[in-house]
Amino acid sequence: MTALVFAILYAGLAAFLAASVVRAVMYARQPLHLRWELYPVPHEPPERVAHGGSYFEEPGWWKKPRKVNRLTELKFMLSEMLFLKALWEFNRGLWFRSFPFHAGLYLLIASVKLLILSALLTIFWPAAMAGTFGAVLGGLVAVCGALGAFLAMIGAFALLLKRLRDPDLKNYTAPGDIFNLLFFLAAFGLLAAGYLLRGPDYPGTLALAVALFTLDTAVPIPPLMAAGLVLTALLITYIPLTHMAHYVGKYFTYHAIRWDDLPASRAQEIQRKIAQYLAYKPHWSAPHIRADGKKTWAEIATTNPQAGGQAK
Amino acid sequence: MSDEKKKRQTKNFVKLSDMAREDGRPLLHLENDDLMPLPRPLDDPSQERPWRPIPESAREKYECILDDTVAVNVPKPKTKEEEQELVKKFLAGLDKLFLKEDNWTFLQPLVLSMECCVKCQTCSDACHIYEASGYSELYRPTYRSEIMRRLYFKYVKHGGFLAAFEHGDIKLNWPLVARLIELSYRCNLCRRCAQTCPIGVDNGLIAHELRKLFSQEMGIAAKEIHDNGSMLQLKVGSSTGMNAEVVKDNIEFIDEEISEKTGIEVHTPWDVEGADVLLIHNAGEILAWPENPGAFALILQRAGISWTMSSELAGYDSVNYGLWYDDAQFARVALKHAEAARKLKVKRIVLGECGHAHKALSVIADRILLGEDNIPRESAMTLLHEIVMSGKLKLDPSRNDFPVTLHDPCNLVRLMGVVNPQREILHKIAPQFREMHPHGVDNYCCGGGSGFAIMSGNNFEDWRFHVSGRKKLEQILNAFSDCVDDPNVNKYVCAPCSNCKGQFRDIIAYYGLWEKYRIGYGGLVELIVNAMEDVKPGFIDWEWH
Repeated sequence: MTALVFAILYAGLAAFLAASVVRAVMYARQPLHLRWELYPVPHEPPERVAHGGSYFEEPGWWKKPRKVNRLTELKFMLSEMLFLKALWEFNRGLWFRSFPFHAGLYLLIASVKLLILSALLTIFWPAAMAGTFGAVLGGLVAVCGALGAFLAMIGAFALLLKRLRDPDLKNYTAPGDIFNLLFFLAAFGLLAAGYLLRGPDYPGTLALAVALFTLDTAVPIPPLMAAGLVLTALLITYIPLTHMAHYVGKYFTYHAIRWDDLPASRAQEIQRKIAQYLAYKPHWSAPHIRADGKKTWAEIATTNPQAGGQAK
Repeated sequence: MSDEKKKRQTKNFVKLSDMAREDGRPLLHLENDDLMPLPRPLDDPSQERPWRPIPESAREKYECILDDTVAVNVPKPKTKEEEQELVKKFLAGLDKLFLKEDNWTFLQPLVLSMECCVKCQTCSDACHIYEASGYSELYRPTYRSEIMRRLYFKYVKHGGFLAAFEHGDIKLNWPLVARLIELSYRCNLCRRCAQTCPIGVDNGLIAHELRKLFSQEMGIAAKEIHDNGSMLQLKVGSSTGMNAEVVKDNIEFIDEEISEKTGIEVHTPWDVEGADVLLIHNAGEILAWPENPGAFALILQRAGISWTMSSELAGYDSVNYGLWYDDAQFARVALKHAEAARKLKVKRIVLGECGHAHKALSVIADRILLGEDNIPRESAMTLLHEIVMSGKLKLDPSRNDFPVTLHDPCNLVRLMGVVNPQREILHKIAPQFREMHPHGVDNYCCGGGSGFAIMSGNNFEDWRFHVSGRKKLEQILNAFSDCVDDPNVNKYVCAPCSNCKGQFRDIIAYYGLWEKYRIGYGGLVELIVNAMEDVKPGFIDWEWH
């Protein structure tokens, strides 16, 4: 059974990474869009960010060097990613449910990463794990894991209740939304139960992680924990296939759309790409577009549908 | 959620599946009592004017099955076959929205908005239409988006059972399409909702893309912005119908009027090759608010700016209604504007007081204007700020010693980031300037955005005044709450945007705000000229509006 669980875990992780990358590549490979920014844009200089201003406020902006402040952008992004700033500002009630859920996930991810580090050190540098450092690392893994699972489950449960009871959300809730939250609850619940109820004959998480890396299939896994691990593997496979992949999309909605204020005059690459798109041949059917499948966007844009007395 | 909100929401609740209802009845009916209460002195809903019903003649001919009004006049199909044909066309257009060859312009933002929404409804409370309608479900910003999203997963992604499970199912028929056409014209495209979205999903964009589908594939758009808008502009040069000769005549007349009124000889230069500035007004100003282009001419002349206007096709009318509904029309007009500037070899284009023209030419068209067409574009706010702060004009703020508040046009402020220049000018020239709340990038739309200000067919105006303009009306009344009852105090809503001014003109008249409360409106340049020491006092003509 251990071999099967390990195989599923590796497959789940690989599927998660592959699906996330595929999604990111799909978004990234879409054509550069027309500008559609939304202010405030945090990479403007701080004095402008404060009121949401842009370089258009500056006389002769096109003659001056463009100032881009990546530090404020990073600060904004971190507070959004770590603390769900927009939700705090605009939907406080939901924040109290969503933040524990997301914070729980972050802590669980941190716990897994620390566990991986511990396992690798145990395999390749056991002396490092023998002393205080190892104990601290082990403690951090346990605290992050326990707190993470607790917060994620509390958050998922609170979100589930809200989704079922709040009239603002009910009209828009699909069966999948309920299923997703139940999936989290089931996976983390089983993991927690498997860990807490494991018998004395079963190894701890570090031994399991070491076995996972060394492919030691002789290590026994408690059935409940095995179920939790399998369900978690399925969950991480499933996440990037759904709208929960917003962790990928959000990068693009912020960086590539809301904050994309780069003027075409400052970037040859933009001009090159647009020139390429203008050679596309659209197929829109409305008569005023004059698209016949042969005309390019450039030709359509320079066609006056009113010229020569032609009707619309 | 407050009990009041719950009560209103329950009364006006519609399910997503109701969009496909085949009973031929509207999904929503609103009474004045249902709407968001207004502050004093308009706080008694029984005193509010009743809505006019949709005219019977329109009901007979057009699909009027969404709510209490009709904006687009979609003819009723005569047969089931015709209905099916229209649904097929809709599906063809839906597919094209997601193809790079057809929709490279907004494909990436659209796909992201389709795929990343977590349906948290954070955006809802940011929408002035949703709030003003008494939280009517139909006007929730995600309502139309969710319909579109379900259609996308079912018909574009061909998700089948799994898509229905994950995203929810949807039934597609002609009533749904007909209602969706109308519903795409119940959004001001102000994108205030997008600003609050934790994920970055954009319901305004979705409404915009729906309008595009209907226009570019089905040839369906609001008459005021297509036939009488972009098409007319491409035919004669301006959506006002003015050709170059007429506009020159009008400007000559305005120059004479302004010279007489101010005591300063004003002359608008035309087609000056090599000028520093090509000034493009929204030509609606020339007809509806001639003091605005007149004031511009006077200020630029007094400041010693080398400037010109252009008599090229569309070169004297900055409007670009394609921005709201059609990429091809948008690009055509933007290229005409660039062509006018290129022919005159001007150093920059300055956009007059028109918000959507600012965004259209400065921001959205930036990636259409390649090479020598990418002539620098500047906001009039920035140029005016430079002039006012330079001391070139002798200004006496005491001439503007009346309450002034500033409306932030969405296109200029939230969507372009021109926030402070106009405020700093007002702080300098208007001693009683006070902000609305919220303001700046958090402002509310005037209610006339995305073409509504020029749309008045059937009873659409009633919807525009009661619903889309209601939040701004509340803001205005609150901004003047200390003096609203005083008939001896004239109050000025400064709106540096033609479309917003159109909305204010109409809503002020509708509620009798000038007659009863002395609330007037106008642009920014009028206030600047009103404060100029060497101009005859009393430039602002309160009664005229």
